[in-house]
Amino acid sequence: MSVDFQINGKAAKANAETDTPLLWVIRDELGLTGTKFGCGAALCGACTVHVDGQPTRSCQTPISSVAGKKVATVEGLSKDNSHPLQVAWIKHDVPQCGYCQSGQLMSAAALLAKNKNPSDAEIDAAMSANLCRCGTYNRVRAAVKDAAAMMRKA
Amino acid sequence: MSQITTSRRSFLQTSAALSGGLMLGFTVPGTRGQAMAAGTAHEVNAWVHIANDNTITLLSHFSEMGQGVHTSMPMLIAEELNVDLKQIKVVNAPPKAVYVNSLLGAQITGGSCSVRDAFTKLRVAGAQVREVLITAAAARWSVDRDLIKAEKGMVYGPKGLKSTYGDLAELAMSMPVPEKPTLKDPKHFKVVGTRAKRTDTPAKVNGSAEFGIDVKLPGMVYATVAQCPVIGGKVKSFDASKAKGVAGVLDVVQINDGVAVVANSWWQAKKARDLLSIQWDEGAGAALSDTSVLEGTRQALKTGKVLEIIKPTGDVTGALKGAAKVVEAEYITPMQAHAPLEPMNFTADVRDGKALLVGPTQFQQGAQGAVAGALGLKPEDVTVKTTFLGGGFGRRLELDFIVQAAQISKAVNKPVKLVWTREEDMTHDFYRPLGVNQIKAGLDASGKPVAVHFKVASQSITQRAFGLPKDTLDPFMAEASTPGYNIANTQHDLIIHDTGVRVGYWRAVSHNMNVFANESFMDELAEAAGKDPYAYRMSLLEGKPRFANVLKLAAEKAGWGKPLPKGHAHGIALMEGYGTYMAQVAEVSLGDQGEVKVHRVTVAADLGHMVNPDTVEAQIQSSIMFGMGATLKHQVTMANGRVQQTNYDSFQPVRMFEAPKVDIVLVKSSEAPGGIGEPATAVVAPAIANAVATLTGKRVRRLPITAEALKQTAAA
Repeated sequence: MSVDFQINGKAAKANAETDTPLLWVIRDELGLTGTKFGCGAALCGACTVHVDGQPTRSCQTPISSVAGKKVATVEGLSKDNSHPLQVAWIKHDVPQCGYCQSGQLMSAAALLAKNKNPSDAEIDAAMSANLCRCGTYNRVRAAVKDAAAMMRKA
Repeated sequence: MSQITTSRRSFLQTSAALSGGLMLGFTVPGTRGQAMAAGTAHEVNAWVHIANDNTITLLSHFSEMGQGVHTSMPMLIAEELNVDLKQIKVVNAPPKAVYVNSLLGAQITGGSCSVRDAFTKLRVAGAQVREVLITAAAARWSVDRDLIKAEKGMVYGPKGLKSTYGDLAELAMSMPVPEKPTLKDPKHFKVVGTRAKRTDTPAKVNGSAEFGIDVKLPGMVYATVAQCPVIGGKVKSFDASKAKGVAGVLDVVQINDGVAVVANSWWQAKKARDLLSIQWDEGAGAALSDTSVLEGTRQALKTGKVLEIIKPTGDVTGALKGAAKVVEAEYITPMQAHAPLEPMNFTADVRDGKALLVGPTQFQQGAQGAVAGALGLKPEDVTVKTTFLGGGFGRRLELDFIVQAAQISKAVNKPVKLVWTREEDMTHDFYRPLGVNQIKAGLDASGKPVAVHFKVASQSITQRAFGLPKDTLDPFMAEASTPGYNIANTQHDLIIHDTGVRVGYWRAVSHNMNVFANESFMDELAEAAGKDPYAYRMSLLEGKPRFANVLKLAAEKAGWGKPLPKGHAHGIALMEGYGTYMAQVAEVSLGDQGEVKVHRVTVAADLGHMVNPDTVEAQIQSSIMFGMGATLKHQVTMANGRVQQTNYDSFQPVRMFEAPKVDIVLVKSSEAPGGIGEPATAVVAPAIANAVATLTGKRVRRLPITAEALKQTAAA
């Protein structure tokens, strides 16, 4: 039995067993490896994607639950790094090892989709589920603010 | 593990210490003497390739694990080759003798070595290429070399003569390579010292960067492993009947460290792994506990063999006897896990007597040697390709997971990507060893320290990893043990105690325990003397300008001595490590639950000549968060030989809402480069501990300083 859904605006079909987490379908079946496996328990945020616009830990989301829904991954922000968050991330050279950054970007994208002028406390609340073992938090915060400013002007 | 250890030991050579360090001297048979091995037609030296289309490629001998070497390394080449950084493509170098890190004697990314090792090496490599291109142009155009210059990927001669580097590359290969080309005067640097943008950022913001976990080989299958809950334990027997019933499962294979499931997808392998029924022979490790580790180490301080860290000065016993006041304290630094966000993984293709290994490693040469040893292959038949590392911090110096991937691939005769679960990763680390430091000092009537007796007992990682003989000083246990203060009578003792825990190098290694103890103790001495901790330290730094300067800069920038918000306090700490001089001031308060909140950390660092100050700042910011977690939040504990932390709930690194503001002052300097990937990790612990002691009036001498630890200290 297969599950139909949308990924980054395109129709997709998953053939994996229906209990398979969305994360592994995205990575191993669809070949979009930007979304990362970190903990398998919704503790680190490395696997964050959007499901119908909501930031979601794909490691804890069975593929059956996204039938008919819209899934967005880091690859959907833009391939040419033109999304304001990608521009800001590059401007501040946020990533170090980079492994958590897809998840950071997707959490930030979900925040800015509903709040284009987040306060420090709002950024903390939206981003604290995303661990960064390299500790890039100072730069993540600065880049989120910069991206928000860009989006307000656009 | 025994196979890895054996294969490492058979290649081991330890030799004289370099600036207090240890040469690990790891060599793999077959790679020695290939320093200038023949490569492609356009390989002027081992580092730089120029293609006909003018593409310049640097083979980086250091792995990119976040520290920015894929930017700092090409910056050194770009400087001497007179090209824009953007013109250089960076790839990872294979295992080869020429790529050995000269500071460690092995091809290792670690020890905050990259810039220190490469600063001259890669400038020479870049200058060699520049010189042979000029020689080639002189030959082609029959003009004097002095009339030719190489700039921005073009070689220019008189009368409008010009050529791309690529056009000249093939001819340049036949030109003599100058061994000692003239290097640029640092005054004329255009690239080195600038805040160049990282070359790896674009790929890391759109999902295209390839980490080990992303590797895909044709025909590849997926594996995960179940290891004995007690590290070192072995499989007695196992029943895989349920596991084999899971759709997609291809095979279940026993390897040295446990049982691996191989399947068409990772999730299938993981589901099946959870259904394995395994009987373990837990071995001697089952007796390990927090108590056995701590009390064993404490006992060693009384009865163990004492090794001299440095020649004692003066007469410590006499000076302590004659002191107006004697201060003593014991500090405990717990075990820690590395917990990089990318779980251990590697991809291996072992077929027909050859092995291809692709993945994240800090130790290419070790990977080659260990897999060759474990599988009975010749090292030259083992190819190692390095991807980006999703964090290293010392964990990826180890080779266990690489050997496992190779063993599984060999067993199923297919390319295999092995990915551990987070739980396997957390409970099968090579842990930072516990350290117990005991320090005793004598003060004269004015409060000045006249004698210090420092003792530390901990476990030797170098004995385990590189076969350092017993009862030999392990320099990686003595880091930051002898601070810069002028004290007349000193003695520094090291006691090595093997607790039985599998230990590993963890970011900043023994700087962590030794500077936590020394700099906490310095505050305790200042208190006993009735002096301000900053002024007290400064009074002991006459003739130590680099120490004194960073201490002053950090204090000034932080506003030391000026009023702070109610309920806030400052703490200060100072260290030299990896050739870097650093002071930090932490500003803390207590939260609603009695937890320590860090508001701001001010850092002053003098690391000599910097290649990329922006990366330097990033590494300091990173180290603060990494060290702060170990200071306040997480540790590794054991019961019945089992590590009790299994995921990021029981082992909680710092999160965004806890991240302090980090203010950084960098000293401009032309001294030799120091390392910056690690030192701030260690210094932040005593800076925070001292601030907490000032704030609460109670000194916590055992990390981590949790709300619970503070309560217990207050009650004691």
